[in-house]
Amino acid sequence: MRILSLAGRRLAASIPTLFLILIGVFLLLQFAPGDTVDALMAQMGGGDAATARELRKFYGLDVSVPVRLGNYLLHLVQLDLGFSSIYGKPVATVILERLPPTILLMTASLSFAFFFGLVFGIIAARGVNKWPDTLISTLGLIFYATPSFWFGLMAIVVFSIYLQWLPAGGFEDIGQAQSGLWRMIDIARHLILPTLTLGLIFLAIYLRIMRASMLEVLNLDYVRTARAKGLDETRVVMGHVLRNALLPMVTLIGLQAGTMLGGSVVVESVFSLPGLGRLAYESVVQRDLNTLLGIVFVSALLVITVNFVVDLLYARLDPRISAEG
Amino acid sequence: MDAAKRYFRSPAAVIGLVLLLVVIAMAVSAGILFPRDPLALAGRPLVWPFSNPRFPLGTDNSGRDIAAQIFYGSRISLLIGGVATAIAVAIGTLIGAFAGYYGGWVDNILMRITEAFQTLPNFVLLLVLVAVFGSTLMTVTIAIGVVSWPAPARLTRAEFLSLRNREFVQAGRTLGMKDLQLILGEILPNALPPVIVYASVVMALSILLESALAFLRLSDPNVASWGNLIGLGRDVLRVQWYVSAIPGIAILVTVLAVSLVGQGLNDALNPRLKSR
Amino acid sequence: MSDAKILSLEGLSVRLPKGADRTHALNDVSLSIASNEILCVVGESGSGKSMMANAVMRLLPNEVKIESGRMMFDGRDLCAASPAEMRDVRGAGIAMIFQEPMTALNPLRTIGDQVAEMFSVHTKLSGAEINARVLALLADVRIPDPKTAAKAYPHELSGGQRQRAMIAMALALDPKLLIADEPTTALDVTTQAQILKLIRDLQQRKKTAVLFITHDFGVVAEIADRVVVMQHGKIVEQGTADAVLKHPTHPYTKQLIAAVPPLKAPPPRPLSSDNILTITNVSKTYRTGGFLGRGARVTAAVKDATLHLPRGATLGIVGESGSGKSTLARCIVRLIDPDAGAIVLDGKDWAKMKRDEVRRETQHIQMVFQDPFASLNPRRKAAELVAQGPIVHGTPRATAIAEARELFALVGLDPSAGDRFPHEFSGGQRQRIGLARALALKPNVLVADEPVSALDVSVQAQVLKLLGELRERLGLSIVFITHDLRVAAQVCDLVAVMKEGEIVEHGLVADVFGRPQHPYTQALIAAVPGGEFAREHETAGSAGA
Repeated sequence: MRILSLAGRRLAASIPTLFLILIGVFLLLQFAPGDTVDALMAQMGGGDAATARELRKFYGLDVSVPVRLGNYLLHLVQLDLGFSSIYGKPVATVILERLPPTILLMTASLSFAFFFGLVFGIIAARGVNKWPDTLISTLGLIFYATPSFWFGLMAIVVFSIYLQWLPAGGFEDIGQAQSGLWRMIDIARHLILPTLTLGLIFLAIYLRIMRASMLEVLNLDYVRTARAKGLDETRVVMGHVLRNALLPMVTLIGLQAGTMLGGSVVVESVFSLPGLGRLAYESVVQRDLNTLLGIVFVSALLVITVNFVVDLLYARLDPRISAEG
Repeated sequence: MDAAKRYFRSPAAVIGLVLLLVVIAMAVSAGILFPRDPLALAGRPLVWPFSNPRFPLGTDNSGRDIAAQIFYGSRISLLIGGVATAIAVAIGTLIGAFAGYYGGWVDNILMRITEAFQTLPNFVLLLVLVAVFGSTLMTVTIAIGVVSWPAPARLTRAEFLSLRNREFVQAGRTLGMKDLQLILGEILPNALPPVIVYASVVMALSILLESALAFLRLSDPNVASWGNLIGLGRDVLRVQWYVSAIPGIAILVTVLAVSLVGQGLNDALNPRLKSR
Repeated sequence: MSDAKILSLEGLSVRLPKGADRTHALNDVSLSIASNEILCVVGESGSGKSMMANAVMRLLPNEVKIESGRMMFDGRDLCAASPAEMRDVRGAGIAMIFQEPMTALNPLRTIGDQVAEMFSVHTKLSGAEINARVLALLADVRIPDPKTAAKAYPHELSGGQRQRAMIAMALALDPKLLIADEPTTALDVTTQAQILKLIRDLQQRKKTAVLFITHDFGVVAEIADRVVVMQHGKIVEQGTADAVLKHPTHPYTKQLIAAVPPLKAPPPRPLSSDNILTITNVSKTYRTGGFLGRGARVTAAVKDATLHLPRGATLGIVGESGSGKSTLARCIVRLIDPDAGAIVLDGKDWAKMKRDEVRRETQHIQMVFQDPFASLNPRRKAAELVAQGPIVHGTPRATAIAEARELFALVGLDPSAGDRFPHEFSGGQRQRIGLARALALKPNVLVADEPVSALDVSVQAQVLKLLGELRERLGLSIVFITHDLRVAAQVCDLVAVMKEGEIVEHGLVADVFGRPQHPYTQALIAAVPGGEFAREHETAGSAGA
């Protein structure tokens, strides 16, 4: 209960942050050359000044910036993100359609990176400066230095073009209308390469942190106590090192949530996944600023949600947290 | 210097330094080895590497020399990496130092802003900035610097928080030093080593960010950038995959070099950690 | 004493890795412990006493190797035991308790869980049986409310209770030998007295052999049956406690014992009737937690403190951790702003000065800090550190550096040492640099916050002697903060005892320590370890200081 109220308080504290972001980005977008109407008219193949004026009135763009900001925030509270002129739908609808692939991709990548980062980190720390450690640490450095989009392209060359094991892009095969289990398998097959591509750099980060954290905890006094109690190494690691070493990893999930969402922009573009990231890219190219602002809002919400879950998890792992405050 | 000796004792750090020097040498020699504009038409398009001695690394879809673009691209990567890192570390150190030293409401406000920057995915913010200010070399560099400062700010703040109540800072205060003297003379020199080490991480990430932006064709199209070339190569990926592969390796090597140097610096500046 | 030998070390040598300050941590060490006996190993830092404890447990760091010798325990040589055999010995045969009970316990697991682990590793008892045993053990070490304590996490207990829990854990399987590595060093003096008594009681009841490692001769006098004195990894003297304490034979032992300040105050000095510093009704309250002032925890760090310091005298402020003595010291030099009260120095009220004014006036009152490692900026040379104060106050740099070198001679350092960085000095030398830095501004009042508590006893004696000499020579008045009543008795003219932010008793040191009025002062004095030994023994310069 106490944990929940603590995390709840942190959640409440992020509401001002959210508004700070929205107001900042809203004002920033006012500097953008050309607005929605310009983009729309370009799409229609031009038009006269009168049409433009009318359209601006229709979209509420004919009033001053503070008033527009006020209107935007007012609508936002009612979960109305405005209208996307490019897609001809409310922004909220557009984003909701694009959300599932991104959430799926992020969850898969995070699980992949966390699990293997954990395992490799432990193996490396157990044999510090021996060959498994050297191999894992070197691979980690290389993964860290690999641009994700390039890795994705090369993976397509090898696994889709040359070996033809996996699809080169898309979320599912639209050709065959599948249902149930087959559809899930199909989607999973499509997500394997994107997951690896997005997760690679995080795998490198997690394994490095896990290794360092393990080495640090292994040197602490209470590990010596555990050894002095006659525990064997396995029990020392399982009972006294692992959970303690996990704490920085958990913190990292929260800190990296935003970076991972940013990474999905590139990965979704490489694999033509119809997700939030690709939508962000399209709205920049098509100057659909309303949608872009909506994406900013939703991605900030996503990051805040992840951090809320991380807070809960952390408080469960570390009894010292719930004692404070 | 002990630190220099410790640095050169680590093979990984030395390899990193050599690689970095190679990349720098490429950037310096680009104009001499390839006096022509790297983006100008040079020959037949899509010549495979090693097939024509005129184009050791082949040509891209529009017949431009890949080797020339790789050499000139190192200039862009190093420039953007260096300048964006300088911007990010400067902003971050300034904000972190003030937040950590003064605490209280100053810290509260500055950390709220930092949090806002961290809550918004940095690549999305980068897209917004590029959408608003356009994609010239300068705007992209500044934009990358502006989205990268929160991490160094947090690091500096943490260092200042732990140092400001250290006894030697209190001693400085009892000697009658002013706040600025304490910040610049006493705390900053002790807080800086981890920040300098972290600058290598910022630089690696900046290079990756720019290449990703260029790959999406949102960076400056008028310069020879590795990311641009990978983006171009994507159109001919099925057969002429080398157009994308070669610049990717260049990015990988550069980022690896920067990371290895950073790690080497870390071990050299914090010898305690190495002895584990 | 029983005669059965539990553990005997025979010619044990432990080699340090290359690059250490010496080749061996232990050099040809031979000793033995009988059952039902407490053997104290005493020595200063770097004597190898802790390394010996870790060697017996075979828990040495990787690079440190046992080179030669035997460690006979229970009929076998532990040097030759396999890792699996060693695991059986650890915990069940030989148990260990450590200096810092906070870090020695896993912060993420409950006390009960950690004690129970002893049983689950070494026995086949059922969960319910283990549970009952754990509660019985916790009751045995006199932890109030064992049931709650078993469910508590380490951070929820006090330091003394944590150490009790450690002892419960160590004694869970009735080991033949208990190794206690400075188990009371991190504790307050009253808690220390309780823990020492607990160890003694349990040892007598269970007939355990105890290898007790300490740096404090008071603790030795309190608890030891036999004593081993170590220096630089060698045993220089061993014998019964009585013999070693009263009739030490080795010069190093003599020197160590002479350096221990006795609790008895030297004859009083005449005091000036003119007060240089007057502290009236000073209070400082801290608020922690809470949101917008609601639900905040309020801690009164200093409550209504009133004291005065006669010109040329030394005023001691003693108390345990959390008593507010350090907060009061920091209020006096305005590192902390007091909430109320007056601090009058030479007619000026420091409590009400503005920040700028404090900065200008600061040369009249200076501070010496506790930790000789943390109190010097590691990136400045020694001469620069000392010259900093005068430079800030307008002295040209070259003059200030030249004066700094003169000060080095005054505090007993080689003037050429000014070009070295702090890490090139020993703890005692660093404390001298700190002293020189404070004196560089020619202050009238020196506030010394635990200036010797991080130092070895022989170095401590030297620094105290220096402080006494400087007070005479420079006409300094000193506020001396310490937790160590023995140190206070030696250097102070007046003493104030603080408890939970309040001054419970103050007066001439001979009065307060000789005829304590307040029950807390009485308890503090009774808790000073060593009984008779603490009160009176031969010291180097008994009369002076």
